[in-house]
Amino acid sequence: MLEKALQGTKLYWGWLAFLALLVLVGVGCYWQQLTHGLTITGMSRDVTWGFYIAQFTFLVGVAASAVMLVIPKYLHDYKKFTKILILGEFNAVAMVLLCLLFIVADLGSPQRLMNVLLHPTPNSILFWDMVVLNGYLLINILVGWVTLEAERKQVEPPHWIKFFIYLSIPWAVSIHTVTAFLYAGLPGRGYWLTAVLAARFLSSAFAAGPAFLILVTYIARAFTGFDPGKDVLATLGKTVVYAMIVNIFLFLCEVFTVSYSQIPSHSAHLQYLFFGYHGHGVLVPWMWASMIMGVAGILVLLVPKNRKQDNMLIIGCLLVFIGAWIDKGLGMIGGGFVPNPLHEITEYVPTQLELGVSLGIYALGFLVLTVLYKIAIGVKQEVE
Amino acid sequence: MNTTRRCFLKLASIAALGWGGVRPAAQVLASGGAAPSEGLLFASRHAVHAGPHALTAKRWAMVIDTRALTSEIIKDMVEVCHRIHNVPDIPTKQNIKWIWETHFENLFLDDVHEHLPADHPQIGVALCNHCDNPPCVRVCPTKATFQREDGIVMMDFHRCIGCRYCMAGCPYGSRSFNFMDPRPYIAKITPEFPTRTKGVVEKCEFCAERLAEGKLPACVEVSRGAVVFGDLADPESPVRKALASRYSIRRSPTLGTQPCVYYLV
Repeated sequence: MLEKALQGTKLYWGWLAFLALLVLVGVGCYWQQLTHGLTITGMSRDVTWGFYIAQFTFLVGVAASAVMLVIPKYLHDYKKFTKILILGEFNAVAMVLLCLLFIVADLGSPQRLMNVLLHPTPNSILFWDMVVLNGYLLINILVGWVTLEAERKQVEPPHWIKFFIYLSIPWAVSIHTVTAFLYAGLPGRGYWLTAVLAARFLSSAFAAGPAFLILVTYIARAFTGFDPGKDVLATLGKTVVYAMIVNIFLFLCEVFTVSYSQIPSHSAHLQYLFFGYHGHGVLVPWMWASMIMGVAGILVLLVPKNRKQDNMLIIGCLLVFIGAWIDKGLGMIGGGFVPNPLHEITEYVPTQLELGVSLGIYALGFLVLTVLYKIAIGVKQEVE
Repeated sequence: MNTTRRCFLKLASIAALGWGGVRPAAQVLASGGAAPSEGLLFASRHAVHAGPHALTAKRWAMVIDTRALTSEIIKDMVEVCHRIHNVPDIPTKQNIKWIWETHFENLFLDDVHEHLPADHPQIGVALCNHCDNPPCVRVCPTKATFQREDGIVMMDFHRCIGCRYCMAGCPYGSRSFNFMDPRPYIAKITPEFPTRTKGVVEKCEFCAERLAEGKLPACVEVSRGAVVFGDLADPESPVRKALASRYSIRRSPTLGTQPCVYYLV
């Protein structure tokens, strides 16, 4: 099937070349980081995780969203999702790859990465995150590839693959739960020290992930004529809107606990993010933008008529996706470190080189995603 | 005791074995009864291999007299610590600190109010608390930070992958990361102690290298009596005597980390 990736239009190759160029930019920036260390980033003694770890956290959610197709299809026999299932699985592959790259980019001593395997340490949540992320990557490669190959040969997929398909459901939940546990078990970090964090992570993932899938499916349709089937994207839009409602609800639960209890070590972070704290508030406009986009996205997508209109669905998904990205990809990590445990304030803003490295990583992820989608859609169109 | 209660206790003890008892379980896994060393899987306390001249203790602890401390003493403590441990002097927010002066209210967030007597200490000194239940050791994915049987929390600079999870885990801000090569920022390198490379985390180690030679921690030596150091398990030790003499507090005790640096107030 790989040969499908090697035959394409000029536009296809041009797009890949463009992405490869961005990857090179990222490699150049990363070279600076390898040479000079993480000093090229905006991180500091007080804010020790930044843009990289935030992207990783957000993308774990986008990866987990494949389960929002797998559950209806395999547990409820909802056949409409059959056609785009592979897009969800291959999307998960590209997104987990991005997650792993962002983690490696964040390491101070990446040459020692294998120490995590040489000295496996189950009391560290990071160890479990490595296990579940790599597992999810392998499961989705396996399931995606085997089912697509069967489809190409126009035979039923082998029976044993069902095991991995069912396994992928709890596994998808596990990747985002474990990622939330990275943060939710740390004493002295009030913004993260909440049992609702994993649930919040999952709900925002099941909103932003399917929103992303809808958007890339529209892109695929525009360039390849791929038809996901009638009402499929509108139905997936329903998942987006209800997940986003749950996400906002859980956020408001957090807001209540924090503001009614008035425990400073917990409320200071929300105050910093949404109103500024002692004159520091670099994220305030972003956080409000995120809230407004989230609510606006819900209002757009809640109306059944809007979900059936391509333009409105796209607008709604964009609002939800960007809103969730700001919340997790900017606010979640930075906000947890400000103020620090000594109640001192050091703000964090990513540097250009840091963004350059991130751009390169994103480009590589999209390159992989493009190639995988090219294969998947190529096979589907060949069969038809 | 009725059955359900007994069942609950049984379950709870099994659960405790799973998490709270990580150390004993790991020791079984790791060493099979011999002197405990690094756990095969779970982090466990390392045995201390002390030479004949070493100072040893069951549980090292430090007691700081906040009323005897002055800015001048703290300066001396910081100076000697950072000099002998090759701690670089980096003038940015990516700096490295093993021990430092800070405001009293930053040290004791929960214990300060505005109506304290005018002569109450305005400043204090912060360093690694060498917690009995250290979150940094719990979160480290490579056991690069580990605890010894005598309680000292140590760093293996050669194993650390620089993920900085321990820095997120530490609720005292006691850890620093080498964002850059530290050597250009060291005024004069002390050859007796290793310098670090970029990309690893470091912190105070209670002068484990000095204890091994029979010397007290350097900051204690220059503290003019404001800081004492000794074995918490020994009722005759200077730390126990100091703790018996006056009321003392620890930083953020509600977090359950069990700090072993005490502050006399």
